[in-house]
Amino acid sequence: MSSGYFNNIKEATVSLFNGFAITLSNMFRKPVTLQYPDKTPRSVTDLMPERSRSWLKVEMPICTACLNCEKACPIDCIKITTEKDPSGRVMSGFDIDMAKCMYCGLCTEPCPTGAIHFIPEFERASFSLDQMISRFVPEGEKVVPYKVPKKDKDEEKNSAKEEAEDKAAEAEPDA
Amino acid sequence: MENFAIHIHESYLYGLPLSVVNLIVMFGAAFVVLLGFVAPFAGLLSFIERRIAARIQCRIGPNRVGPQGLLQFLADGVKSLFKEDLIPKVADKPLFIIAPYLVFLGMFTSFVVLPFSSQWIVADLNVGILYLFATAAITVVGLVMAGWGSGSKWSMLGGMRSAAQIISYEIPTGLAALTAILLAGSLSLQEIIAAQGPHPWQWYFFDNPFTFIAFFILFVALVAEGNRAPFDLPEAETELVSGYNTEYSGMRFLFFFFAEWAHLYVLGAILTTLFLGGWQVPESLLASVGAESIAARILELVFFQLKIYVLVFLVVQLRWTVPRVRMDQMMDMCWKYLVPIGFFCVAGVAIWMMLFPDGVSFVKYLLIAFSSAMVLYYFYKVYRNFKDSRAELELNPFV
Ligand code: SF4
Ligand code: SF4
Repeated sequence: MSSGYFNNIKEATVSLFNGFAITLSNMFRKPVTLQYPDKTPRSVTDLMPERSRSWLKVEMPICTACLNCEKACPIDCIKITTEKDPSGRVMSGFDIDMAKCMYCGLCTEPCPTGAIHFIPEFERASFSLDQMISRFVPEGEKVVPYKVPKKDKDEEKNSAKEEAEDKAAEAEPDA
Repeated sequence: MENFAIHIHESYLYGLPLSVVNLIVMFGAAFVVLLGFVAPFAGLLSFIERRIAARIQCRIGPNRVGPQGLLQFLADGVKSLFKEDLIPKVADKPLFIIAPYLVFLGMFTSFVVLPFSSQWIVADLNVGILYLFATAAITVVGLVMAGWGSGSKWSMLGGMRSAAQIISYEIPTGLAALTAILLAGSLSLQEIIAAQGPHPWQWYFFDNPFTFIAFFILFVALVAEGNRAPFDLPEAETELVSGYNTEYSGMRFLFFFFAEWAHLYVLGAILTTLFLGGWQVPESLLASVGAESIAARILELVFFQLKIYVLVFLVVQLRWTVPRVRMDQMMDMCWKYLVPIGFFCVAGVAIWMMLFPDGVSFVKYLLIAFSSAMVLYYFYKVYRNFKDSRAELELNPFV
């Protein structure tokens, strides 16, 4: 009983002593804080991981205007307008309302060419909701959709075939 | 002050009776003292605490407002001023409203007897140390009032805890302080300091083994009295939301924190005064600037502050070193450990004084050697820990 009493005192003293030595040694460590936004070694966008999900970007030269992304978006923030033109079907608007976007990434998955994708840039806060809409087709201009070359189509067909075979294999009952 | 009041009365406010003018001047002086002296003290401590805490956690801490974030506390204060002052519907209104002021009062009246230098002291009461403990008791009333007046379970529990805690820890505080009082033979803080000397072997800390232990008892007990971690049960965030100040907002809320940081300073001041020789400066140093000059007083002030800030640093570090104790552990610690050891120390000091009225230099040097060895070993351990962590070294405190 009495030995426990003095043991407690000893333990408290020793553990406090050790604890203090640990916290003081931590004080001399270099802080890991990144002082956003003005005191970072490089621009913050560069510091973001390469595949981070921030704003969406559409590579207009390879967009096929297939509207897959528009249909995939669960909250309808993508709006693509297409028109008939003497030269064929053209896009007169491709707006993404980033104020509504929830960065789920569902739109990037069905895109056949990978035109719509996330970029690490994120510092685009603004004072009005209008400015949050990113327009990929400039006002008054028309963009001709990308036509997938024949060779690519074959490849696609092949891959489609393979997929179908895979599915068939899966459907077979396991022995 | 009397003359100042008469001067004001004669030149500006001659229409009013002198007693009223006196009152106005008194309130004005209190206002100036609070705003100009105590608020920066508490604010500075809050800044220091946040920076130390940040560095211990590998962060930087506030460094944007003013040079190196020094004015952060002003920004916080102004923000709090503009916050809505909420009073819960079920609150006991009068109690709720005066509680923060009582806490504030309890802490800040103790500044009256703090000896900043051999001449800079507002009132050198002959019962100085008792006065300090008495004002701490006003704080308890304030905390219990805040707890009860809020009309909320969390606040109530916090208030009860703080009452239990502060009342319990008053006893070891008193006992530990008694050892220094016995040695000095006086309750006046100035006389206790005067009885010690500038050199470590003249401090009561190293006077004999019993005062050595008493210092640590007083340290722990004062930390507990200030409701500071690891004894911050009254405001245990994880259990009680924020304890007695849960329902407070705006300036009233800030007053509790003011009081907490002020207590941090008072804690350092009490320990320095009783055991570490207060403002004592070595004579040779004092003579070099002229013993009666203002520079000598400033030198004393600096010495006093230095000792205080070392202690404050330890208290802040303690907060980030040990986790919060449980209620029963806290009570155990007080009644089973601190109080008996405190009695032992008081008896020991009394017997020591009877046997060796002039002290034993051998024991003093032994204690100093032991402490120095411990401090060296401590720094060695810090060095080892740092080496083992393989972290990058950053000594500049102003990152
Ligand atoms: S990331 Fe999600 S919410 Fe945003 S546009 Fe794409 S599908 Fe819509
Ligand atoms: S971005 Fe991709 S999915 Fe959306 S329309 Fe263009 S090609 Fe189709």
